[in-house]
Amino acid sequence: MDRPVITTFVARRRTGRQRTPVTIAVPALLGFAFLLLPLVALLIRAPWSQLLSLLSTSDVLTALRLSLVCATASTVVSLLLGVPVAWILARVKVPGMGVLRALVTIPLVLPPVVGGVALLMALGRNGLVGRYLDRWFGLTLPFTTTGVVVAETFVSMPFLIVAVEGALRSSDLGLEEAAATLGASRLTIFRRITLPLITPSLAAGSVLCWARALGEFGATITFAGNFPGKTQTLTLKVYDALQDDPDAAIALSLVLLLVAVAVLAGLRENWLRPGPTS
Amino acid sequence: MSELGLRVRAGMRRQQFHLEVDFRVNSREVLGVLGPNGAGKTTLLRALSGLDPIASGEIVLDRQVLDSPESGAFVPAEQRQVGFVFQNYRLFPHLSVRDNVAFGPRSTGQSAAMARQVADGWLNRFGLLALADRKPARLSGGQAQRAALARALATDPRLLLLDEPLAALDAETRLSIRAELRRHLREYQGATLLVTHDPLEAMVLTDRLLVLENGRVVQQGPPAEIARRPATQYVARLVGLNLYSGKQTSDGSVELDGGGSLVAAGFDHPHTAAGASSRVLVAVRPSAIALHPRRPEHASPRNVWPGHVTGLEMLTDRVRVQVSGAPSALVDITAAAAAELDLSDGRQVWLSAKATEVDSYPDVAT
Repeated sequence: MDRPVITTFVARRRTGRQRTPVTIAVPALLGFAFLLLPLVALLIRAPWSQLLSLLSTSDVLTALRLSLVCATASTVVSLLLGVPVAWILARVKVPGMGVLRALVTIPLVLPPVVGGVALLMALGRNGLVGRYLDRWFGLTLPFTTTGVVVAETFVSMPFLIVAVEGALRSSDLGLEEAAATLGASRLTIFRRITLPLITPSLAAGSVLCWARALGEFGATITFAGNFPGKTQTLTLKVYDALQDDPDAAIALSLVLLLVAVAVLAGLRENWLRPGPTS
Repeated sequence: MSELGLRVRAGMRRQQFHLEVDFRVNSREVLGVLGPNGAGKTTLLRALSGLDPIASGEIVLDRQVLDSPESGAFVPAEQRQVGFVFQNYRLFPHLSVRDNVAFGPRSTGQSAAMARQVADGWLNRFGLLALADRKPARLSGGQAQRAALARALATDPRLLLLDEPLAALDAETRLSIRAELRRHLREYQGATLLVTHDPLEAMVLTDRLLVLENGRVVQQGPPAEIARRPATQYVARLVGLNLYSGKQTSDGSVELDGGGSLVAAGFDHPHTAAGASSRVLVAVRPSAIALHPRRPEHASPRNVWPGHVTGLEMLTDRVRVQVSGAPSALVDITAAAAAELDLSDGRQVWLSAKATEVDSYPDVAT
């Protein structure tokens, strides 16, 4: 008889209950706990009462200021260089562009410390280009604040490139063609049509890029060192403080966690929302 | 004849596809380009607008060479002053209707204030001024079509290209917009090229038609002439005619390629000097053919032949009958006649057509 079978099926659908297999539920619970527990621990162990005093010491404020300045500077550099790179990757049709795209995005998966070593080889005082910068312009990048910006840009610019390139690739070329028939030059088209249409992705890419730069550690410490007031950013300060002042380290970590949450909230608005198309 | 206007002799190649055209459009003239999908209509418009270069030949507009691969001349799209109304309009979604229309004047060097003033003038003409601050997403199909035309005209183009301007509209809107478009095209001073695959649009909106098939111009002429004497099966189907190709024989009848023969009254084409039997096309309106249950006895029509019904289709006020025979034909009869004849698939019938209803003319395509 079919009838009872159908009835139970309907009943189960109506209550919407679906039992999760134990073999999935148990490891999933462990996974959730593993990801959330450290954050909870950080919140519990935080020296809430002394938080303000811990964060307002001069060397913490210096590190915080340095972090914000360097991350913002590297985001600006990433925008200035990365958007044109994304445009070339998305729009220029020549053989080998796929390889170039892969190479440009290597820093996304490269261990940052390797990035730092590579930067030393290129821009260090005896580096491929660095020796000429030093000899001709007296310009030294390693172990300077500019070096921090260089290291952060190297690691974070690919985030911006990937976001913007995806938006350019999926943007409607027909609108740019329409603009051309209306007498607009390539630059006008870029400025008045292309750029406004990819704004959501541009914003999301910038936020990601900035957050990555703010959290940068490996490439920075390798290429720029860890000099308080000069190259010691917030993340380096956390690492330092953990040795002799754990409470300060926790307080700083809370600040960075707060930034991460803010970034996530910002991206929820922008990230992956498709750009407007005709 | 004025030298103003468009002169095109162009070849283009796209993978397997080869487009080869030669025609001109005078200023104030509307040339319709009619053809099936894949005939090369859009390819042609892209070449004329400067979005794609041609491979050979020459495009000349108002005595200015726009594209000539031989001499290396190429004027890019943004410098051509060619207005393009795209099939799906391509209005800029992030700009208001006013800024869409002002985009052209602004891009060609006018101040923002001046460009807006020009835009408002055009919006007023197109009855869009009240919607000027809206984004295109909040326009109806007809309004978007008007905005797209206003945007193209606001650049004061020397040549206007319309790619199936009414295709994206629903039937009701199409009717009113078609009349409006006709008025605007009349007022426009430059040359216009209108691409369509809608025969009605072609008849109503254009001064002259060019039929494009497989990248070749197969017929050119006034719309009425093309509707009356189509050169290809594609056009014949569009305008609803039975079309046969065949050979004119000395006794006045036409030997059809697909079998059978038809007699046309007073065929009016000059015999070739050689006197050889010439290739002709024969057109017969579906309503000019009569159906009979058996061979008509006192047949006054000169053309009588048997066939059997292979299909029936109800049109609004008549029944279209597909009859297979030599030749096969589409026949339009009234619903009453269809009932009287007791038509059904496979039914044997006799067809008849008066010689005066059979039009034969030279086949220029071959």
